Amino acid sequence: MSKNIINFIGTIIIAAILSQFFPWWTIMVASFATGLFINLKKAAVFFVPFLAILIFWIVYSYILSSSNDFILAKKIAVLFPLNGNVTLLMLFTGIIGGIAGGIAGVFGKQCSVLLATKN
Amino acid sequence: MKLFKFLLSFILTVGVFYILDTKIGSAPPIGKFLSPSQGVWQNESDESIDGKIQIEGLKDEVIVHYDEQLIPHVFAQNDADLYRAQGYITAKHRLWQMEFQTHASAGRLSEIIGEKALNYDRAQRRKGMGYGAEVLLKKWNQNTNVKNLLSAYTNGVNNYINSLNQSELPLEYKLLDYKPEPWTLKKSALLLMYMTDMLCGGETDFEYTNALREFGKDRFDMLYPDFYDFDEPVIPTDTDWSFIDVEMTKTPQSELPLDSITSVLEKPNPHNGSNNWAVGPSKSYSGNPILANDPHLGLNLPSIWYVMQLATPEHNSMGATLPGALGIISGFNNHISWGETNATRDVKDWYKIEFKDKSRKQYKHDNNWKNTSVRVEKIKIKDKETYIDSVIYTHHGPVSYDQAFKGNGKKEGYAMKWIGHMAKANSYIFLDLNKGKNYDDYLNAIKNWVAPAQNFVFASTTGDIALWIQGQFPNKWRGQGKFLLDGSNPDHDWQSFIPQKFNAHTKNPERGFVSSSNQHPTDSLYPFYVFNDGYDAYRNRVINDFFRSKEKFNIKDFKDLQNTNFNKKASELLPYMFDNMDVSTLSDEENEILSSIKTWDFNSDIDKVAPSIWDSWWNNLYDLIWDEFETKDVVLEKPFTYQAISMLKNYPNDEFMDILKTPEKETSHDLFLIAFKKTAKELIDWKSENGDYNWQAYKGTYVGHLLQAIPAFSRFDLPIGGDKNTVNAAAKNWGPSWRMIVEMTTPPTALGIYPGGQSGNPGSKYYDNFIDDWAVGNYHSLNFLQNESQTDNVIATQTLTPKQ
Repeated sequence: MSKNIINFIGTIIIAAILSQFFPWWTIMVASFATGLFINLKKAAVFFVPFLAILIFWIVYSYILSSSNDFILAKKIAVLFPLNGNVTLLMLFTGIIGGIAGGIAGVFGKQCSVLLATKN
Repeated sequence: MKLFKFLLSFILTVGVFYILDTKIGSAPPIGKFLSPSQGVWQNESDESIDGKIQIEGLKDEVIVHYDEQLIPHVFAQNDADLYRAQGYITAKHRLWQMEFQTHASAGRLSEIIGEKALNYDRAQRRKGMGYGAEVLLKKWNQNTNVKNLLSAYTNGVNNYINSLNQSELPLEYKLLDYKPEPWTLKKSALLLMYMTDMLCGGETDFEYTNALREFGKDRFDMLYPDFYDFDEPVIPTDTDWSFIDVEMTKTPQSELPLDSITSVLEKPNPHNGSNNWAVGPSKSYSGNPILANDPHLGLNLPSIWYVMQLATPEHNSMGATLPGALGIISGFNNHISWGETNATRDVKDWYKIEFKDKSRKQYKHDNNWKNTSVRVEKIKIKDKETYIDSVIYTHHGPVSYDQAFKGNGKKEGYAMKWIGHMAKANSYIFLDLNKGKNYDDYLNAIKNWVAPAQNFVFASTTGDIALWIQGQFPNKWRGQGKFLLDGSNPDHDWQSFIPQKFNAHTKNPERGFVSSSNQHPTDSLYPFYVFNDGYDAYRNRVINDFFRSKEKFNIKDFKDLQNTNFNKKASELLPYMFDNMDVSTLSDEENEILSSIKTWDFNSDIDKVAPSIWDSWWNNLYDLIWDEFETKDVVLEKPFTYQAISMLKNYPNDEFMDILKTPEKETSHDLFLIAFKKTAKELIDWKSENGDYNWQAYKGTYVGHLLQAIPAFSRFDLPIGGDKNTVNAAAKNWGPSWRMIVEMTTPPTALGIYPGGQSGNPGSKYYDNFIDDWAVGNYHSLNFLQNESQTDNVIATQTLTPKQ
């Protein structure tokens, strides 16, 4: 398995577990940790955790919302405003989470680089 | 280089975290808010209304059955458990609203929404809302039984708050990024103050003083008569008042101050009002009394009402509750039913205060210098420094207006005397009313009620109907408090109160029905001084004419009456306008509009255009008559609608009909035409912008979320007819906030509906599910369960058990 896939899956699993107990920003902790221990290269450093959290948040929000006929999602998509478009709202949610995850992943990688140099 | 990249990624990470975790402007903290595990997606959920929940402090098990309308039917073994459960269940569905309303009452909105609420908060403090709540709290604390049950409610709310984690917080907390604080008895007191201010916080003392000074006494009396030229009061006109044997307060020889200030505190909506009525056995189709109530208030989501059934082995009642208050407010039990309309009366007066010097430590009263006290109001503001406002108090009450707030001089101020600051707590009205079994119980329950004064309608299974106008009313001398009073003259103080037994009331009147709709409480023969507090002049006549129109009335008649859109006001003026308006200069387009209103049957129904024409025409006309009022730079209140119409018809050449800015001398007949042309232009413009101006579209009734009617959480363009003067008093954002009809069968059979839903969560299907039925005049039958083992139409049951 490539490191990209391991990092991707690892990020989702850790984020999913931490999210059950701790605040929203633990997705950043998850991405940081995988970035620290599973070394990625170039653009993948950002985009793998970005995609991992994006997918995680989209799927999670879809599961919650679909079981309630998207009643609230439709309203929040008016609030933002996304013209009432639930798909856009979920995508937006995913991107926000993705950015947070991606940046934290980059930070994890830079930490590991710095640590490796010191050693 | 590595270090640089490390530092850069570190700063970016921290920066992204900060931006996504912080509320910026009106946007919520976006990462926290959108997080599926913690944010708004967690509010996307159905209600959890089954299973067992352990609750600390319960003595016994409490069974809560939910029916398909999500109405909880609460069965407890004792009162303390019942009211703890009421607090818990109400908070479960309405927590954010409960807290928000009490914050609004206390003048604490700046804490949540920032500086833009500061003026509002200051006004609340200047009105002494917190002070009034503390007076009430002190009284509650002196009454052990009341205090214990209120504490049980408080603890129930806190049981719920303590069970919440971030992901379970109501949506609005996430949107505004704050957390609920513990509920307290004081918050329940603040809720009562909120209602008191809404329902008896209005007055026009400065406006009337200005009008008196500007127009003179004769004109004043013509514009604002104490009584209209017809009699249709709450208490029937044939009532014998000879039992009142107390002396009236003598009018002192004294001067009134004729001061003016340029702006006053914002008033509650003067149309906050209601209808209620009951027919006795002789006028009921079945021989059982039938009672109806529909309070007219602002239309908000979550609704001001929350429907519940509250039962113990000793008592069992059902109806509308106010989140934050104990018991059933408008409802019924197995023996009696009750409902309220606002009994507005002048219970707030202003006194001119003369301070000894600029320090304002002393003020003049009874030829002495008396000491003032200071209440320091600390208004916390989100992201800003706390604002401190020092409000001076005299024996009258808070000096609301002074140099720091809308006043005009350093050595003078205006103090408020308000019944809202004078709570009593000999009992808690709704606890007793809910347990009531007959007329005597009803009277005992309501007799200690101080404010806001209400017309309490009553009906019992044994065939009694009654209506008491209950509140504590100052026994005023003729004219007292209509204008600004002299705060240094002890004769101007409130001298005494009308003894409770002399409050106007009627029991089983000969006409076979009782009714009230915020009209004059009595005719002019009632010996105590009552002047026109902006009383209703239309709904009362439609309602009473209806009950005089035939022998027997059934439930359908009651529904029809609550939903009638007959516009008596229009019917009294339009024919005269058609007969007296010069139509020779009308264009084709204008003629077309005129002909569509000429064929109107005076019902303000949603599909008609005539009500829109009338609405615009009347508003333009009313403004034209009173253009004199716009030219003055003092606060004034325009005269009563009924009086305006009477002048248009009976004094067409009156000076007021003239439009000041034109050289011609207009009569009311000229005004009809000028106003009509304005209306025609407005409507044509409206049509080109918005399409057909049928009444539904033109009026645009909406039910707005409590946070400034955020469109995402509000409902617009509702198909409901009527206007503020019809019995179905549905205006743009205000109207019948709860409609109830109860037939006193054994057990009672009841219908009820309100424009909202039982859940306060915009993510619930129960958030606004009553609105469509409400708008078209449908009712839901209230499932009054006789005991906890009865489970007809119950969709789920939750058991609250004592924590082991």
